Amino acid sequence: MKKVIMGNHALSFGAMLGRTQVIAAYPITPQTQVVELLSEMCADGSLKAKFIKVESEHSAMAACIGASVAGARTFTATSAQGLALMHEMIHWASGGRHPVVLGNINRAMAPGWSIWADQNDSLSERDTGWMQFYCSSNQEVLDTTLQAFKVSEALYIPSMVILDAFALSHTYEVVDVPDQDKVDEFLPPFKPYARIDPATPRAFNGLTGPENYMELRYKLQKDMERVPDLVESTGREYEKMFGRYLGAVDPYRCEDAETILVTSGTAGYTAHVAVEEMRKEGRPVGNLRIRMFRPFPFALVRDILAPAKKIAVVDRNISYGHHGMFAQEVKSAIYGRNGGAPVFGFIAGLGGRDITPVSFREMVEYTAAHDRPEEDILWIGVKR
Amino acid sequence: MSQEKKMKLSLPVEEYVGPGNLACQGCGANLALRYTLKALGPKTVLCIPACCWAVIDGPFPHSCLSVSIYHCAFETAASTATGVKAGLDMVGETEMNVVSWAGDGGTLDIGIQALSGAAERNDDIIYVCYDNEAYMNTGIQRSSGTPKGAWTTTTPVKFPKEQPKKDIDAIMAAHRIPYQATASIAYPEDLYRKMVKAKSIKGTRFFHIFAPCPTGWKSRPEDAVKLARMAVQNGLFPVYEIEHGEKFTLNIKLQNKKPVDDYLKLQGRFRHLKPADIQALQAEVDREWERVLKKARGC
Repeated sequence: MKKVIMGNHALSFGAMLGRTQVIAAYPITPQTQVVELLSEMCADGSLKAKFIKVESEHSAMAACIGASVAGARTFTATSAQGLALMHEMIHWASGGRHPVVLGNINRAMAPGWSIWADQNDSLSERDTGWMQFYCSSNQEVLDTTLQAFKVSEALYIPSMVILDAFALSHTYEVVDVPDQDKVDEFLPPFKPYARIDPATPRAFNGLTGPENYMELRYKLQKDMERVPDLVESTGREYEKMFGRYLGAVDPYRCEDAETILVTSGTAGYTAHVAVEEMRKEGRPVGNLRIRMFRPFPFALVRDILAPAKKIAVVDRNISYGHHGMFAQEVKSAIYGRNGGAPVFGFIAGLGGRDITPVSFREMVEYTAAHDRPEEDILWIGVKR
Repeated sequence: MSQEKKMKLSLPVEEYVGPGNLACQGCGANLALRYTLKALGPKTVLCIPACCWAVIDGPFPHSCLSVSIYHCAFETAASTATGVKAGLDMVGETEMNVVSWAGDGGTLDIGIQALSGAAERNDDIIYVCYDNEAYMNTGIQRSSGTPKGAWTTTTPVKFPKEQPKKDIDAIMAAHRIPYQATASIAYPEDLYRKMVKAKSIKGTRFFHIFAPCPTGWKSRPEDAVKLARMAVQNGLFPVYEIEHGEKFTLNIKLQNKKPVDDYLKLQGRFRHLKPADIQALQAEVDREWERVLKKARGC
């Protein structure tokens, strides 16, 4: 059924259709509508779940982990400061192999206080062993949530479904909300191989010495390496059932592009529009929107970027003292390949500053005018 | 007919804590869990944060317990248990006792926010704080459960702890939870009875168990139970239960309250105290004991 819903509610519908059994969450702007709608759904019985209204995000993730090890499908949502407060438990969820699904609304980190979009909150969690999916439409948010449950539970790796503050979280779009029967067919109940069970007592997460710890981490990485294929096959299965395909990346007119923009989130959608316009003017540009940041889809990115003479990466984030984080990954992906195409690292839109089609035009024009970037970071629209 | 005398066991013979675990000699925390599990039985899961018991149980892949345990983060004993309970309910395992098993640091200090949250929501868990009065697992650093005057590695003899022990029981009573109790390893039948009672109650149940630590208290291992008994009999650790934050019952009444002097002298952590210090501590214990008696009288 088609509904006009906000991005936050697309997360709620995803959690509901996925038959989440335990939700533990704490309110934070701009995430609140996610949990408000879920509490309504729990109250009116349309979602048969326990909703634990915890006293902090740290407890939210701890409770999700507890529920997951008890054998329940779990969901939470947060943003920025809340995700940062969770950080210890973010490691715990992946280290303990608990397939929690978390909706994160990308919001800039304080101070100064900001409630507007950038990616530094979720990208600060990039090394924690979670999958990360960046969305650019409300439909994608809902579809990604359902696929995240499936992939997470297959590999015991938790997932973040990520959307930009306000640009997506509070924007209303038409969303095809799938039928519950079909979702049930796509996503069967969670049946973990080990859980808290009175018939089989187990000790989880005991002290792990140097003789064993490294193997646990090796296994997590090996399972991470299985993600790209599983995301692809899950995306294709979803496409067969629901008519919509989502992969690790979303390339647009990259095959014959001389300059390829590399984008993510809602900026990736805007870039798509900008590329459409510039193509009409005969400019050979393309847009590679990266949906999955962890694990990073190295093989796909290498292949798609292969024809490019120049690569323009747009980061709505910064690793202070280094570059934008997508730029780092792209450089690392094409290292030693691609005939040494230069990577132009643009930083734009921090703290919710708009990234418009004009911004992309500016980047493409800079890239056309220079053989190589003049600086490691090319700032768009900054007041110096 | 022979006049055979049969010894009556006051506790079940079933054991859920295995021998040969990593507890120090004379560990009070070891006895505390042993008695607790005799009351709760096999349908129990323990959520154990960083504390001595995170080590006592044994390293991966070993466990000395015959119930499930989930090792959780330091400040999450309560919140993890809340999640476990919700998850078990959703998968149809509604009969399990979900227990947070944490030390004084994990309860009075770093875990108090999550504990307060669970208590305010009246989550259906049993939270047990075994209190050995310092961060013993990390090497005897002071916690807010360390008593006034005590030496620890962060309150050296020249500057022992100045503040009295945090009154966690009053804090929990202010949450009006359905049941809470203090207990001591020196009185296992009392501990057992109250744990069985707690098992039949729904909602948040809180236990504060006094568990001497010979390693951290610089006392003899064979004195652990004796010290626990002395702390009850001199009024330092009153043993009582409270229902709904209001109905206060003193479980162990004292005919002749003993002086604290002998208790202090058996422990190296108090060795530096001068007679005047001990007098001052005695005065504080007497004052606190009067407050307990007032509560017991319902005023």
